[in-house]
Amino acid sequence: MNNIVAIARKEFKAYFESPIAYIFITAYLLLVNFLYLWTFFVVGQADIRPFFGFMPFVFLFLVPSITMRLWAEERKMGTLEILLTLPVTEKEVVLGKFSASFLFLAVMLLLTFNIPLLVGALGDPDWGVVIGGYLGCLLLGASYLAIGLFASALSENQIVAFIIAIALCTALLVVGEWFFLMLVPDIFVPVFEYLGLGTHFESLGRGVIDTRDFIYYFSVIGIFLYLNINTVENRTWV
Amino acid sequence: MNLPVFLTEQGSNQVNLKPEKAMIKVENLTKYYGSTLAVDSVSFEVEKGEVVGFLGPNGAGKTTTMRVITCFLKPTSGTAKVAGQDILENPLEVRRHIGYLPENCPLYPEMNVVDYLNYIAALRQLPQTERIRRIREIIGITSLGDVLHKDIGELSKGYKQRVGLAQAMIHNPDILIFDEPTSGLDPNQIVEIRQLIRDIGREKTIILSTHILPEVSATCSRVLIISDSKLVASGTTDELISRAQGSEVLRVSVKAPQEELFQLLRTVDFIGEFRKVEADDGEEWISLDIQSKGGDIREKFFRLVVEKNWSLRELKLDKMSLEQVFAKLTTS
Repeated sequence: MNNIVAIARKEFKAYFESPIAYIFITAYLLLVNFLYLWTFFVVGQADIRPFFGFMPFVFLFLVPSITMRLWAEERKMGTLEILLTLPVTEKEVVLGKFSASFLFLAVMLLLTFNIPLLVGALGDPDWGVVIGGYLGCLLLGASYLAIGLFASALSENQIVAFIIAIALCTALLVVGEWFFLMLVPDIFVPVFEYLGLGTHFESLGRGVIDTRDFIYYFSVIGIFLYLNINTVENRTWV
Repeated sequence: MNLPVFLTEQGSNQVNLKPEKAMIKVENLTKYYGSTLAVDSVSFEVEKGEVVGFLGPNGAGKTTTMRVITCFLKPTSGTAKVAGQDILENPLEVRRHIGYLPENCPLYPEMNVVDYLNYIAALRQLPQTERIRRIREIIGITSLGDVLHKDIGELSKGYKQRVGLAQAMIHNPDILIFDEPTSGLDPNQIVEIRQLIRDIGREKTIILSTHILPEVSATCSRVLIISDSKLVASGTTDELISRAQGSEVLRVSVKAPQEELFQLLRTVDFIGEFRKVEADDGEEWISLDIQSKGGDIREKFFRLVVEKNWSLRELKLDKMSLEQVFAKLTTS
């Protein structure tokens, strides 16, 4: 446990050592605020749901950028040769890196609080939806993070890691979306719908806390963290 | 140089490390990268307190062997035991006993020196109270005082190497493994690092790999020569030289008609093989390396030359150099 905390702290600090983190956060906040606010006053409704609506798609590009360096850079620089000859398990390293990236995501989400505060000042939004929405963002984001972290372990090259992460996240997102479900025979529709990352996000975004959604997200996160641990344990890279 | 208490035998009893017999035992270690054979059934032992050198050409298998011993990679077959712990059954325990500095000293450039050492100390499970004291001591030993708060990315190669050594030693391991510890350093830094290794070697068991032969003579009590994935020789430098040389070699310079000289040398019983050596000046004087079959044959050879009324201007008993031993064993 101590190892996980030590690794998480180091990785979290590492994000802020480079200017990239600040650029990312700024770009993300600008994008999200712009997307929500440019029709906000025209529509004239204190409805916060559109704010969460495009989050799965914003995250699609944002989250792989956060995770792409976590393994790929260490592989490329050779620093794994010291890290993985310390008395720490691969599991601890994976969990440490995951925790750090999750914390970073949480910080970014926290900085978007200006929007619900704005809406709350101008109108009377459904706060259950706000809580559900942010919860959905955290869980969806964490799923993307687990996928992205796994992808990062697959290559020395950060760009390749980025692309694989986007591909996997897109696949898992699209599987539950209407334009894909149209192509699927009727009996399978509920199955694919359940598998989609976006479906559960929408469900939480309605302000309904359903254990099925939690189970789903924890399963996705669990599976990809497990795959990650496996990939690192069975490494054949030099 | 006086090593601080925690780096000595006495000191290691004060910390929570059990004083295991720091022995490394490698048995039939084989490692394939895909279909490429990197290490071919290598076996050796390292006793406590030895400073052993892995000597071999680039690509021979030294680094791979170290990576298996440190549990960075798993072997394809064969085993290794470090301080009695098996690398496959108890890898975490094995890692606790070892301090490792890989080739090219891979560090995190964005961290500063103190933060980095603190991080490694934490992952080495050094208790918080111990950490500060240890870091201070290790900084003293590796002379990192001036660059404590600099980012590792800003340091020169020499300082980076010292940070690497610091992280390897910070938990007071029984065993230290250094992969090419002086590569890329300037001559002054090389001398400093070698001195440091010699000092540490008085108390610890060390394996270091290199392809620089003088380094081996300067620091190691025993040498393992690895070539083309196999262990081809093992012993002290003196043992290796005498074994490879086999017999004495006489270096002579004679003025004589070549054919007649060669004929004579072939028939004499105390002379084995001989080889002409390139000489700088003209055709008159012939320089030869002659293998002796009868110990010190200098006097016999002198009489031989005198009998034939030839001239002799060089008569020297040559000892094979480590370079020659190395070349002999590593080129097929």
